[in-house]
Amino acid sequence: MQNILELKNITKRFPGVVANDKISLDIRAGEIHALVGENGSGKSTLMNILYGLYNADEGEIFLRGEKTKITEPRQAIDHGIGMVFQHFMLVEPLTVFENVILGSEPQKRGFIDFRGAEKEVARLSREYGLRVETGARVEDISVGQQQRLEILKALYRKADILILDEPTAVLTPQETEELFGVMRNLKEQGTTIIFITHKIREVLEISDRVSVLRRGKLVGTKNTSETDRPELAEMMVGREVLLRVEKEKAQPGEKVFSVSDLEVRDQRGTKRVKGVSLEIREGEILGIAGVEGNGQQEMVEAITGLLRADKGKITLEGKELQNLNAMQIKKKRIGYIPEDRHKRGLILDFNVADNMILGFHTEPPFVQRFFIRDERAIKENAGRLVEEYDVRPPNIQQQVSTFSGGNQQKIVAAREFSRKPKFLICSQPTRGLDIGAIEFIHKQVIDQRDKGAAILLVSAELDEILSLSDRIAVMYEGRIVGEMPVEEADEKKLGSLMLGGEARKDRGGDTVETGTE
Amino acid sequence: MVRKILSLIFVFALLFSLPMGQQAEANQLKVGVVFSIGGLGDESFNDAAFKGATQARDDFGIQLDYVEPDDIAEMEDHQRAFVEEGYDLIIAIGFLQESGLEAVARDYPDAKLAIVDSDYLADKPNVASLVFKEHEGSFLAGYLAGRMTETNTVGFVGGMEVPVIFNFQTGYEQGVEYANPDATILINYAGDFGDPGTGKELAVSQFERGADIIYHAAGGTGMGVFEAAEENDFYAIGVDSEQDGIVPGQILTSMLKRVDVAVYNIIEDLVKGEFHAGVHRFGVADGGVGLTDFPYTDHLIPDDIKQDLEVIKEMIIDGEIEVSSAHD
Amino acid sequence: MKLEQSSLTSREILTPIVSVILALLVGAIFILIVGENPIEAYRVLFSNSLVGMDSIAATLQRATPLIFTGLAVAFAFRCGLFNIGAEGQLYVGAMAAVIVGITFSGLPKVIHLPMAVLAGMAAGGIWASVPGLLKAKLGVHEVINTIMMNFIAYFLTDYLVTGPFHGGRWTPETARILPTAELSRLLPPSRLNTGIIIAIAAIIIVYIFLWRTRLGYEIRAVGFNPTAAEYGGISISRNMIMAMVFSGALASLAGVEQILGVHGRFIQRFSPDLGFMGIAVALLGKNHPVGVFFAAVLFGALRTGAAAMDRLTDVPRELVVIIQALIIMFVAAEELTRRLMQRRRRA
Repeated sequence: MQNILELKNITKRFPGVVANDKISLDIRAGEIHALVGENGSGKSTLMNILYGLYNADEGEIFLRGEKTKITEPRQAIDHGIGMVFQHFMLVEPLTVFENVILGSEPQKRGFIDFRGAEKEVARLSREYGLRVETGARVEDISVGQQQRLEILKALYRKADILILDEPTAVLTPQETEELFGVMRNLKEQGTTIIFITHKIREVLEISDRVSVLRRGKLVGTKNTSETDRPELAEMMVGREVLLRVEKEKAQPGEKVFSVSDLEVRDQRGTKRVKGVSLEIREGEILGIAGVEGNGQQEMVEAITGLLRADKGKITLEGKELQNLNAMQIKKKRIGYIPEDRHKRGLILDFNVADNMILGFHTEPPFVQRFFIRDERAIKENAGRLVEEYDVRPPNIQQQVSTFSGGNQQKIVAAREFSRKPKFLICSQPTRGLDIGAIEFIHKQVIDQRDKGAAILLVSAELDEILSLSDRIAVMYEGRIVGEMPVEEADEKKLGSLMLGGEARKDRGGDTVETGTE
Repeated sequence: MVRKILSLIFVFALLFSLPMGQQAEANQLKVGVVFSIGGLGDESFNDAAFKGATQARDDFGIQLDYVEPDDIAEMEDHQRAFVEEGYDLIIAIGFLQESGLEAVARDYPDAKLAIVDSDYLADKPNVASLVFKEHEGSFLAGYLAGRMTETNTVGFVGGMEVPVIFNFQTGYEQGVEYANPDATILINYAGDFGDPGTGKELAVSQFERGADIIYHAAGGTGMGVFEAAEENDFYAIGVDSEQDGIVPGQILTSMLKRVDVAVYNIIEDLVKGEFHAGVHRFGVADGGVGLTDFPYTDHLIPDDIKQDLEVIKEMIIDGEIEVSSAHD
Repeated sequence: MKLEQSSLTSREILTPIVSVILALLVGAIFILIVGENPIEAYRVLFSNSLVGMDSIAATLQRATPLIFTGLAVAFAFRCGLFNIGAEGQLYVGAMAAVIVGITFSGLPKVIHLPMAVLAGMAAGGIWASVPGLLKAKLGVHEVINTIMMNFIAYFLTDYLVTGPFHGGRWTPETARILPTAELSRLLPPSRLNTGIIIAIAAIIIVYIFLWRTRLGYEIRAVGFNPTAAEYGGISISRNMIMAMVFSGALASLAGVEQILGVHGRFIQRFSPDLGFMGIAVALLGKNHPVGVFFAAVLFGALRTGAAAMDRLTDVPRELVVIIQALIIMFVAAEELTRRLMQRRRRA
């Protein structure tokens, strides 16, 4: 196969960092080329240069053998390069096909040819197997559909090189499968795909070749068939990585926490939790598997006092908790890693020290008399936790928004674990984190379990559920539809329960692994 | 960058600390005028004051500066600023300035201050109160009305019920009575100086009750009186400045309050070293109040009435007729 | 327009300074259009506002109410609220203070003055609590409500000053307050008064409150990220109401100072938009108490110097309004000044 694209010695510097350091990469025509690396390794920067969003300080781009200068996205599009960003660039109130033609509207006598456009979009959608309702408004369609729409947009602009920037980060396992189907389809039709990810399992599943970046440098390019998980992980992290969570078998003690017959409405008044009952014992992790949006978040928020429960009982060590407010719940030694650390878990504009006391800011030693803060105690607390949880950089005065996702999550975890919680809720604890950070957070969660905490783990990542939990419950449409010890669970079984218990189609070459990434 | 900015600031600071370039010529007297609300271009009070002040500037070679405040609260600021700048005389136009000037007079006992149209500060040792004998001028207006009326009924529309306006009313009443003891005088107040609608309503009502000449002392409210006069074909009499031209032929005359004369005189006093505090009253004798020369109505007024008006005027000057004010 | 920590970063200090310089440069163009010498005009402007004791006193006197309104706007903004109602709050505060100031005779100053000041603060605080409550409980946008409350405040005080508390002879103003309720003059005959000391104290108190107390922590948390604050057990509605009450109390101090320290009486519509200027002051001061102080002093200086410039040159006073507007535009267009600074650095 011939190289459709060659990057030669691409270097890009930002103040204080070299984001891309003399990166040379060949992409072959018609291949799926995975580009992997931890957060901040320079994958996105490199692709943004290719797409013309950044200009490289040094280096050259050869497209179909010709040296090409790409200084803005328009040129990239003209050269047949399309890019689907992690955060979609869609106009929500417009319809699907209107979004597709936006910026390249077909014209007929000076007017936009809407009918022709819709037909063309529908044809593309059929041809590539990209199921989208062309007439629906973007705000009304699912994330998976929005992503397919983004791909359609690129194809409509005659892209034959497609860059997908972490496309699976926002998808459910089913949607991911569907995306891989689309990618295989595109490949058959001759499209070259550059697939950015940090999930090794996906690399192995879908790609032909894989290039690994670490700290702005290219570590190497491999044929996917000639490599394996440990090798890729080591290339990414730069050291040997434990891919499995090492844990002893749980030693569950007394029943600590229970929920019975819980019913919760969301803020719009729709009933999202419809009679859930759970029990967690001391030193035990109960994993809640389920496609997102099946009531997990509402359940967790009702437990933590952020939403009112309509009905049902929540008890901790026999004491009822339902409908206490968030502050009262905090004071019962309940730790909570929220699903969205930016929205809930952190105040990004505050520094580390101030975030480390969020929720505990009314308690000694952080306040003295007359509401005056004890700055020394606050600093001491932060300094200790930063060291203990290896937050980098270890600067407690630094604004949290400037930290990487992994370090931000470490700050949340450090805070929530710091008061020796009896009961801990971890909701999507490793979302968007890279391997090193995931490994760290997982170790901490196990550590808390071993110290005797009862833990409720909610995750959309089956791998995570399978590798951390002692027991697994599956939530579907506001109900628990199945519960089993981890030993009896596998991805297939859980996957079928997650879809409401219907038998799923055979997933073909899907590998069943319980490892984490 | 920080250094660049600091050096810029330094340069600016140096520039500003230099002595002021635009100094007044030595010994030139400086007069500051703080106008009333409405400012220049009001074709009334402020413009009249400005006319007197510029006349004085041209005649005596003083330095004249002035400022037009936007609201009442600002007036005191400007009075103070002039005092602090070392102005030799500060003239405040209009009674709205009196409480501000009261504080300035207290804080700056050495400043020479003047206020037009208010005697509230008459007892202050550094304030000259420039007031008018509105009653004398209004007497002339009333005399003319009393002689000219064919229905033996005349009207008066006042703005607000405040002492100054009572002066207009009482002078007018005395004048009418002097000319025509049998005449009926209709009196109404609008309660506002800026409400032409009510002014018109009152004037029309007086007209319907028989009045054929209506005198107003009601500021902007008086515009409604003129409108009524035009629509119903009766005579009106204007006030303060020459309003005869607003509805030519329908406005018999205007009772002039010569703010320009008052301002000119007080500056003249200053120049001559004769400035003194206390009340300065401007009446018929010194041309501070009077009637217009009938620019549009000369042909309507019989010569004997004009001659008699001159006689009456002389009698007021000579003291043969004593017009009493509302405060007497 | 946000600030992370209790101290200002160098960029946050540089942007306003560069904005002021740019505004003066553009203002110079306007002066040239009028046909005057900009250097001369600016020299008159600033030598009459910053050089000499009298000028400085006049500048500080004009800065005092702006410190209060600037702090008020900045404080509410720290809780994520945009208080456009400082103008109305200062009117009701001023009215409450003047009522206490003229009514209670025979009290010693140590009681009467604080009583008048506190009455004003209470009135302003209660006034501002209404939009605060509506926002917190019903989600009604505070911008709309604070603006509407301004109109109510104008007409309510219009009524009180021409009706029950009319004390001027025929001007729309109240009687003079008793001497026991006066804020003492610091450098007579300048009207600079002890209000400036209250203002500086307010700066310090606001600083300590926001960054050194638990309550300030909660207010800032709600301002930056209400959902995370809620997660941390912080009541969003309680803090919003509290922030509005404090903001209103601060704004009312501007009116209180004007009445008890400057005018000595309530004059109908006495404020030359001090409340709205507070928005500009807060913006220029980057919502930081210390920044607010310098911004208020700058605006005070511009207004003080403007009168002198108007009298002594042919440049009209209104130029200063143009300069103020330009400053705000340049601060708001932070990106522009940042690029200018970067380009120079590169050059």
